[in-house]
Amino acid sequence: MKTLLIKNAFVIDPVQKISGEMMDIAVRDGKIVDDVKNPDQVIDAEGMLTLPGGIDSHTHICGTKVNFGRYMSPEDMRAGRTSRKGDMHATSGYSVPTTYGNSYRYSRMGYTTLLEGAMAPMEARHTHEEFRYTPMQDCLANTLFDGNWFALEAIQDKDIKRLAGILAWYLSAAKGFGVKLTNPGGTEAWGFGQDISCIHKPIPRFGITPREIIVRMIEANEMLNLPHSVHLHCNNLGKPGNYMCTLDTYNAIPDLNDKRQSLYSTHVQFHSYGGTSWNDFCSKADDIARSVNDKPQIVIDTGQVMFGKTTTMTADGPMEFNLYRLYHNKWSNHDVEMETGSGVIPVHYRKKNLVNAIMWSIGLELALLVDNPWQCILATDNPNGAPFVKYPEVMALLMSKEYREKEFATLHKSTGRRVALPAIDRELTWDEIAVMTRSAQARALGIIDYGKGHLAEGAEADIAIYPIHVDTTDPAHDYERIINGFSTTEYTIKRGEVVCRRGTCTLEGNHSTYWVKPHVSPAYDMSTDTAFIDGFNKYYSMRIGNYPVGDEYIGRNVCIETEASI
Amino acid sequence: MQEIKDMVCPFCGCLCDDVTLEIDGDRIVSTDNCCTIGNAKFLGKHRLKNPIKKVNGKWVDITYDEAVDTAVDILLDADRPLLFGWSGTHGEAQCVGVHMNEILGGVIDSTTSVCHGPSILAIQEVGHPGCTLGQVKNRADLIIYWGCNPIEAHPRHMSRYTTYADGYFLDNAFRNRKVIVVDVRETETANVADEFIRIKPGGDYAVLSSLRAIIRGKGDMIPDSVAGVSRTQLMQVAEMCRTCSFGALFFGVGLTMAKGKYKNIRNAIELVDDLNRHTKFTLTPMRGHWNVYGANEVFSWMTGYPFAVDFCRGVAFYNPGETSAVDVLARKECDACMVIASDPGAHFPRACVEQMRDIPLIVIDPFQSLTTPLADLQIPAAVTGIDAEGTAYRMDGIPIKVKKAMDSDYPSDTEILTRIYDRMLEVKGL
Repeated sequence: MKTLLIKNAFVIDPVQKISGEMMDIAVRDGKIVDDVKNPDQVIDAEGMLTLPGGIDSHTHICGTKVNFGRYMSPEDMRAGRTSRKGDMHATSGYSVPTTYGNSYRYSRMGYTTLLEGAMAPMEARHTHEEFRYTPMQDCLANTLFDGNWFALEAIQDKDIKRLAGILAWYLSAAKGFGVKLTNPGGTEAWGFGQDISCIHKPIPRFGITPREIIVRMIEANEMLNLPHSVHLHCNNLGKPGNYMCTLDTYNAIPDLNDKRQSLYSTHVQFHSYGGTSWNDFCSKADDIARSVNDKPQIVIDTGQVMFGKTTTMTADGPMEFNLYRLYHNKWSNHDVEMETGSGVIPVHYRKKNLVNAIMWSIGLELALLVDNPWQCILATDNPNGAPFVKYPEVMALLMSKEYREKEFATLHKSTGRRVALPAIDRELTWDEIAVMTRSAQARALGIIDYGKGHLAEGAEADIAIYPIHVDTTDPAHDYERIINGFSTTEYTIKRGEVVCRRGTCTLEGNHSTYWVKPHVSPAYDMSTDTAFIDGFNKYYSMRIGNYPVGDEYIGRNVCIETEASI
Repeated sequence: MQEIKDMVCPFCGCLCDDVTLEIDGDRIVSTDNCCTIGNAKFLGKHRLKNPIKKVNGKWVDITYDEAVDTAVDILLDADRPLLFGWSGTHGEAQCVGVHMNEILGGVIDSTTSVCHGPSILAIQEVGHPGCTLGQVKNRADLIIYWGCNPIEAHPRHMSRYTTYADGYFLDNAFRNRKVIVVDVRETETANVADEFIRIKPGGDYAVLSSLRAIIRGKGDMIPDSVAGVSRTQLMQVAEMCRTCSFGALFFGVGLTMAKGKYKNIRNAIELVDDLNRHTKFTLTPMRGHWNVYGANEVFSWMTGYPFAVDFCRGVAFYNPGETSAVDVLARKECDACMVIASDPGAHFPRACVEQMRDIPLIVIDPFQSLTTPLADLQIPAAVTGIDAEGTAYRMDGIPIKVKKAMDSDYPSDTEILTRIYDRMLEVKGL
């Protein structure tokens, strides 16, 4: 029975509708409780800003392509090295740090839960192996289905229940959390070096459209009663004029769940482009934001771009090849049989590059033009838009027009003609930032009921105490203090234990892996379906019996069991 | 008699996972679906029974406790220890090795530095357009084997993944695929190829450059013969590559260790890159040891670098050619060495072998090898895939769990290393 009392905390907890109250927070055995007598440990928060632990609902921290980012980039590794110190292991890397590097740096910023955005189920074992060495955060992994042949065949046959059964089998086998679609249909086309354009034309060899894939997957996802919605990386990423495709996609999304969105649309900055080529490239964030404002069934994350070097990595293989042809640096591609693909290339976003400057503006515009912060999550799609260590700067930009203007003045001089950013006066509040960095993530992922993203009694005691005094900090002008304050917590508390103090991690950490196991009726149980098993053993290069990830790959295990309606 | 299906073969980078073992008591008596090399490994005998230590030039039997203490003494006494091998053990053991090296401030390296190290250097310059082996099996209508001889070194590669494997998009895989072999000698694999390109030793770079020139429309620049290969044949092969639907280039140490080394691989990657402007093409290194790729993966996520990682500055430092095992030994820099799951005594240059002989050397291996006579201590371990289990990475990066067929009294590599590591922490008060 370990107890902790945090006194004099200035709490913002949007899930509980607490907006800046001085409170004490009591913790027993890793959970928040009403009160504790004679606590083992007392922390005086001295009126500092205290929030639920940060949640990144779309990041790339573990798994095959992340590791390939490290493997192929010794130059990145040299950019961020620390030696062993106390309980902290040595780390390397800036845009793709080692697992410990990711874990310590996120912990320093008060983040306690991370969702790996894209895991090929065939390579899930790798993601879980790396999770083991990411000790300070609970980890979840979205599972890729965009080019899954069994799923595509079920959609071809218009058999949604079978599709749901297939998703259920793979999620359990991979110990994955949610359904991820990356350029649906496009990654399969890339298997023979092709891509697809938007959502209406049938994809090669399967004769179904990306629109059908997206909508049927959403229906199947809801049949399984999964905590999270379908997590979509839209088609046509990064192409001028792609906002029309994004709007088309949004218009097709049904509203099927009253507790959360039906679609999580990710890194929308990369999908809000106007123009017909890079010559007349411009922002269409306004149109996209308006569409999101009209549709409560959609939550987006911004995919904010920040300037500097980074590494892009995505399951969108054809997109990475296109990007490589622009950058000519180095290109890695890794197609995964019967499932998906991926690519990795380093990039350098520059202020004086007009396209990059517009991209930077679009991300901020989205965050400022979507009315409801619960529908707009702050993320860089780490490390695609920027490494996650840039989050505090993004927060400051959103909270201060003065800071935005100062930064804007340093960009390519034509930027103002292509974007609406200078005309936007909105400055986000502390509450809105709290929503966009933890509460909205918890709701979008469907993990509020599992004690994440809030500080109510019974919640997991994941708490971030920032050295920021809200009453004496005016974010509109004190943006440097915002950046510094959000960069390093005074205390990061994970499950009731201080894991990071002023940037130094003080424990080895012991995280949980959250995964889902939908229960389906025997008719849709693929583990006994002869056609599925035979097809699997015939076309995969691995036997079906060797495919599922065993329990031994997961330490502290939180299995979310759902009852499917099939 | 007991039969176990779908076992994983711990011999080469193919990691075939469809092996059937027949077990009688504590002995594997036969294998099915295995190649001859895998079969020999499963049926291998002559394991060391207990740890042995050299005292006054003679081997004496010791206990595991004594062996752990001796290993800790040797490693903690050293100023610049080298932890080498790792390619024949599972990932969990490799992770302990990295943690151990962090404490020791030594160099950790795998057999990569003497096989596909040059491939990694090339990948670090220009990337790697690759795919999983099933992608090749289901889609590829053109296979190239360059500087490798799978029939003898990866005997089931062609039947499981390429030439003879049924594929989703190929009605009659064997007849619908074309196989090109490029080598300096006519190998068994060359004999079954549709096209054999025999190049003069050291000519790989020139041949790759010629193919790239042709693909880029500069074929008229090519002389009549390049490194012994006729212009006609080069034009013909370039056309085969350009017009296939899915081409897969596999290459071995015949390319990585030939004259030009990593520049050869860079050129091969760039050829594949050029071809992707016309069709789909991928490239895969033919990895030798069953988990050499796993060592690269583990080292990458834990240290940031895939091999040859030096912790002497406290941070991970990487400079192959300086921090790789052969260099550290040849310069006589290293003053203690632990070899695990590999046999450098059989493969390293003479200067390195002499240095291993002259410094305290620990070997962790189930079997006696050519490294054993150089050692001061050998600790026998369970064999992953027979009496231990763990994670391995196939040559295409697919992680597979290597299972165990039976229990034994031998500790696994992870158990041995964890005991050494824990004892080290204790001694150092960490």
